[in-house]
Amino acid sequence: MGRLVKHHLFWPLCVLAALLLFNLCYSPDFFTITMHDGHLYGSLIDILNFGSPLILVAIGMTLVVATKGIDLSVGSIVAISGAVACLSISKGPDQNSLVLILISVLLAVGLSLVLGLWNGLLVSVAGIQPIIATLILMVAGRGIAQLVTGGQIITVTSAKYAYIGSGSLATLPFSIFVVILVLLIALLTRRTALGLFIESVGCNPTASLMAGVRAKWVILSVYIFCGLCAGIAGLLLSSNVSSADGNNAGLWYELDAILAVVIGGTSLNGGRYYLTGTVIGALIIQTLTTTIYMIGVPPEITLVVKAFVVLAVCLIQSDSFRAAFAARWKTRHYPAEKEITRHVS
Amino acid sequence: MSTQKPILQMTKIHKRFPGVKALSDVNLRLFPGEVHALMGENGAGKSTLIKVLTGVYSIDEGRVEMEGMPITLHSPLESQAAGISTVYQEVNLCPNLTVAENIFIGREPRRFGRILWKEMNRRAAELLSERMNLQIDVTRPLHTYSVAVQQLVAIARALNISAKVLILDEPTSSLDQKEVEQLFRIMRKLKQDGLSILFVTHFLDQMYEISDRVTILRGGEFVGEYMAEELTRLELVMKMIGKELHLLEELPSLAEADQHTLGGEWIRAEGLGRKGGIEPFDLAIRQGEVVGLAGLLGSGRTETARLFFGADKPDSGRLTLPESAGTVRSPREAIRRRIAFCSENRKTEGIIGDLTVRENIILVLQAKYGAFKAISRKRQEEIAGEYIRMLNINPPNPDHLIKNLSGGNQQKVLLARWLLTEPQLLILDEPTRGIDIGAKAEIQKLVLSLSRQGMSFLFISSELEEVLRVSDRIAVLRDRRKVKEVTGKDMSQQHIMQSIAGG
Repeated sequence: MGRLVKHHLFWPLCVLAALLLFNLCYSPDFFTITMHDGHLYGSLIDILNFGSPLILVAIGMTLVVATKGIDLSVGSIVAISGAVACLSISKGPDQNSLVLILISVLLAVGLSLVLGLWNGLLVSVAGIQPIIATLILMVAGRGIAQLVTGGQIITVTSAKYAYIGSGSLATLPFSIFVVILVLLIALLTRRTALGLFIESVGCNPTASLMAGVRAKWVILSVYIFCGLCAGIAGLLLSSNVSSADGNNAGLWYELDAILAVVIGGTSLNGGRYYLTGTVIGALIIQTLTTTIYMIGVPPEITLVVKAFVVLAVCLIQSDSFRAAFAARWKTRHYPAEKEITRHVS
Repeated sequence: MSTQKPILQMTKIHKRFPGVKALSDVNLRLFPGEVHALMGENGAGKSTLIKVLTGVYSIDEGRVEMEGMPITLHSPLESQAAGISTVYQEVNLCPNLTVAENIFIGREPRRFGRILWKEMNRRAAELLSERMNLQIDVTRPLHTYSVAVQQLVAIARALNISAKVLILDEPTSSLDQKEVEQLFRIMRKLKQDGLSILFVTHFLDQMYEISDRVTILRGGEFVGEYMAEELTRLELVMKMIGKELHLLEELPSLAEADQHTLGGEWIRAEGLGRKGGIEPFDLAIRQGEVVGLAGLLGSGRTETARLFFGADKPDSGRLTLPESAGTVRSPREAIRRRIAFCSENRKTEGIIGDLTVRENIILVLQAKYGAFKAISRKRQEEIAGEYIRMLNINPPNPDHLIKNLSGGNQQKVLLARWLLTEPQLLILDEPTRGIDIGAKAEIQKLVLSLSRQGMSFLFISSELEEVLRVSDRIAVLRDRRKVKEVTGKDMSQQHIMQSIAGG
């Protein structure tokens, strides 16, 4: 039992289970999954589908956080990527041309890689603190996205593009497969030694350098990967609604992603990282959002409700909070004991 | 003194950590106006006992009394309020603040809520010059001064809080002889003022020079409390390590060391130097040779080592490897050319605290292979197991986080990390600092046996005896300059001492 509680996934899974349980009690058909035209429908499927952009961004963020960094620009990259893809498609002669869509997707992904490289260069070569370095693109990126869309919402009418974010493969949403693919790529860090290097650089950069680890390359690569993840998330998001909104797409994603990483057990101090934890963290956030909409919390207080739940999640995960809580519990049981010792002394 | 009542008394202290009994049944008495030494090997429980005293850890069982009244120490604040002040081994002040600010932080002299800067600076300067004999500009940032000065500032800060008990946790480990004497003068003065000082040290000489009483711990248990003058050195050492002291005597003597044949010249520094680090020097190391660097703290020993490893860029001269006609410009290149460097700063430049022993051991080899040629988990475990056995790493669990190991065992893990890469030149900067006598002898033995197999060493230690014991040749440094090289029969303590002192 003790080992179970110590496992890094224990508390995140508990929270997720509690959320799902609440939903089950509140709306018994929450777990119902139905089949229409070869597609599965249901709240759980929705959570996976709508949560996939956040999961992607959070996976990239995990590796950045593991190097003791942070990437605030992911929300902007989401917007830019979607905007570029949609612009390219909308300018094409035939919006359903597979070549056009491939070119547009590659363009968006390529641009996200470049943006990730930019962040990485600022952090690793120029030595700017990550929060500042990525703040630049967070602010400027919104502007770039608006520039690309011309301040308008670009809509596309391409069934093939829409497939990326809302189509389904083998009855499941296609986006889930995208997430699985990216997660597998991220998990490659565990198969190669990159994971070891990321953790060692995040934990002690000086010692890593002395041990011959190429810290600069490691840092550069995690920011590039994070940019890539955000770019793909931008494609999913814009394809799901068949439009690109430079102002609002991916807004505040960076914060949700950081939250997902932390809930998943990766410390902002860098070092050990947990990709599966991050996925669960992102699912918790998405489930929470869905739950709030489902139980019909008035829109003006949804953020407050979300804040309270997030606070609770963080407190449950905090070792010192649990210890303090346990201590209080004990003294409440034996209130007289403290008194006695005080008088004796 | 026996009629006096102890100011601080700890009785039957127990402290357990998951899986470890850190302290069991430990007693400690501190009398006013005495210097009380706390001694023991690594893992004896000294650090734990101090953390209990300073309120960082709370005890599981036992009583703590201050002037006869039971007290609880649940937080550093409670401990300070009880009159216990601590100066840690690693100075923990704020390097970016001025000296005066560091001394008065949280207790600045104020009027109407406004800090009286002039008053504060004046009082800080006064405090340092009167009680510490230290005349420095107190308005400069702390980090502009040497560790020794920072240490004295830390003591001044501790004294400024009205302390009854002052804990000095290995205060002398990074001080040179003169600074140690200065510290001891201050300690004697404080003792006369009635302060009770708990002095934690590894140096036997220093213990005898300054202490009145000594408490010895071993493996988390209380061995005994003795009057320093009634305890012979041999008794002390035997009580500390709990066995006969024959390990050091087993080492081959210098005469034997001379017998082994050296290979060709392997690395050569010509006019190598770096401003503010070390003046240009020449030094060549042959295969299988152990070159010792002797000199006081701050004489440029570490700086020399860092140049050999490519950790710092030289301003002048060059480093060449005659055989491969190569040079060394970065740690990566050094590693590729089979140079290894065990830094003296284990925590900041050595261990990766949150990773396991196994991961720490394979790190350099893996970095050498690159990210895409991962060493399999099975191979990693074999390697870790092999070195844990070979170097006697304790606890022998490759999946322990390295930060939870004692200093000596961390040092062994770092040695394993470098030995694994099969270096030709191994630079050891203070490899035995802060580790116990047994582990020390093991490391010295290892150096000797590996050098017989053809490995070269650059060996740095502030313990002259140790340098003498392992080196074939000794380069003496003074004031950031290489002043002399001694070999053969010139390698005597006296001769080298004179060179170091500049006689």
